[in-house]
Amino acid sequence: MDIQTWTWVLVGITFTLYIGIAIWSRASSTGEFYVAGKGVHPIANGLATAADWMSAASFISMAGLISFDGYDGSVYLMGWTGGYVLLALLLAPYLRKFGKFTVPDFIGDRYYSNVARVVAVMCALIVSFTYVAGQMRGVGLVFSRFLEVDINTGVIIGMFIVLFYAVLGGMKGITYTQVAQYCVLIFAFMVPAIFISIQMTGNPIPQLGFGSTGTDGVYLLDKLNGLHQELGFHEYTSGSKSKIDVFFITAALMVGTAGLPHVIVRFFTVKKVSDARKSAGWALLFIAILYTTAPAIAVFARTNMIETVSNTKYEDLPDWFSNWETTGLITFDDKNKDGTVQYVADASMNELTIDKDIMVLANPEIARLPNWVIALVAAGGLAAALSTAAGLLLVISASVSHDIIKKIVNPNITENGELIAARLSAVVAVIIAGWFGINPPDFVAATVALAFGLAAASFFPAIVLGIFYKRMNKEGAIAGMIIGILLMLYYMMKFKFDWFGGGTKEDWWFGISPEGFGTVAMFVNFIVSIIISSFTPEPPKEVQEIVDTIRIPNNVGEAHEH
Amino acid sequence: MDKTKQQKYWNENLKYLAILLSIWFLVSYVFGILLVEQLNTIKIGGFELGFWFAQQGAIYVFVILIFVYIRLMNQLDKKYNLDN
Repeated sequence: MDIQTWTWVLVGITFTLYIGIAIWSRASSTGEFYVAGKGVHPIANGLATAADWMSAASFISMAGLISFDGYDGSVYLMGWTGGYVLLALLLAPYLRKFGKFTVPDFIGDRYYSNVARVVAVMCALIVSFTYVAGQMRGVGLVFSRFLEVDINTGVIIGMFIVLFYAVLGGMKGITYTQVAQYCVLIFAFMVPAIFISIQMTGNPIPQLGFGSTGTDGVYLLDKLNGLHQELGFHEYTSGSKSKIDVFFITAALMVGTAGLPHVIVRFFTVKKVSDARKSAGWALLFIAILYTTAPAIAVFARTNMIETVSNTKYEDLPDWFSNWETTGLITFDDKNKDGTVQYVADASMNELTIDKDIMVLANPEIARLPNWVIALVAAGGLAAALSTAAGLLLVISASVSHDIIKKIVNPNITENGELIAARLSAVVAVIIAGWFGINPPDFVAATVALAFGLAAASFFPAIVLGIFYKRMNKEGAIAGMIIGILLMLYYMMKFKFDWFGGGTKEDWWFGISPEGFGTVAMFVNFIVSIIISSFTPEPPKEVQEIVDTIRIPNNVGEAHEH
Repeated sequence: MDKTKQQKYWNENLKYLAILLSIWFLVSYVFGILLVEQLNTIKIGGFELGFWFAQQGAIYVFVILIFVYIRLMNQLDKKYNLDN
């Protein structure tokens, strides 16, 4: 069978599976819709969290980024896994003990203030919408390359599937679909990695393979460093970013991960506090399988790619090259008219431009793996994008129907009314997300970094102080969140969008890029919160008692109704 | 549960957090970033050690840290009869 038939078969089977699960586990109460009735097993929750977390960016883009950036790519590897240590130790168990349904619920109750609640809702909405737009683009990319449909048709098919199971199943449906999606995506990621590792190094474990010798007896990483030097790129195993910037970007990604509402809310779905800890452990284990394989894929793909195309005659290039050329994601411009590909660091001599996003998708073709493996990667990419999109849509719909409508606009709404509102907001959210997928704003890439910075600068200090510092009051927390966010927004707009006079790399404060600035804004938030709270009245007795209660893991309510 | 017992439980919890988070900081920020050049002079197989910590080792340690935390806390909950 050819690649396209295989892809239709595998995508068809997996999509049927997702829809089947959604019908079997549809939600019938708000508790089931928002937090799956708080009865999810910790391992199932770990699997679902892993699928929720690993998006099109982790599956499709990350290995490609590392493959071009080498050591500098470590910021994603450490940043997007180290955040789970913070989640498990500082947030998940206490938020589960607190109960309730959403992150703004915690902020609003702990800081006894609807202003705090609204600030939290705004942050949750901005973070989730910027994220979901990227997922829809991922879906469109996979459809257009492998199924040869128009990108827009691909986005609409994806929207329809997500709409079906997110609206019908709520958190309950999403959780069990995500368990299936994790299995699909990890299988799809590992099979080609293992194949290629055996092919290139004889070692079936990719994590060890990329530290082994190739068929010519030279260590793979040494060979790649040599190739990089020859072509004028910086050495693969040492970076080009400054140390302080690597440090701050890693910290911003870690703290941002721990502050993302769609990740935090997953820990509300288990039965007890000890289950919340356990599911964080399982989640990171399942995530680590992909995250330790990605740098291996990056090395294999980079070496293979350079060896295949560098100084090769254009007409001798393999089929995958022209397949990707038609999508416009690889371009060859024969500047010196010698009919041979020159791929070098020097921009005036370089003739080849490769979109980083295609490395994972093209890797099996570059390594000449069987057609079914190539099709499997397409199905895996779709699973990764759809599972994250669904989780984000749920946060958006819960923010609107629960945090805004139920808690602020109309507290007397019936359970049924709230459920209808939740489903309607999910529909609207899918349509907006789809619109972003079809008309991707060119600032998507920039705003994804903004999402992490925002989460780091706003939620993380407010939640951590709310648990670990009993004296923290609403004045401190609100001031901290607002100043943290505004500072982050100012810095991003100044250096990403050239507002407020703009600026270049030389003007960065302390040499820290906008991607790493979330860390600075987070520290500012902490300091502002603590100073302001020490000058303002301490929180009421009953709030201090809430803090005492969440620190103790026993007597957890089954499913808090309000 | 009385206040002093509760405070004792909390202090033990904070002690675990301090130890585990120090290791978390050490393997990622110190080994993977601050001392990466120095560690890169040591080679294990094809890996330079600093590069290995940044792209592999730190992640393995993170997973282990969470499972150690789960174990420690389960024992602590048992000790204070909070494991219901």
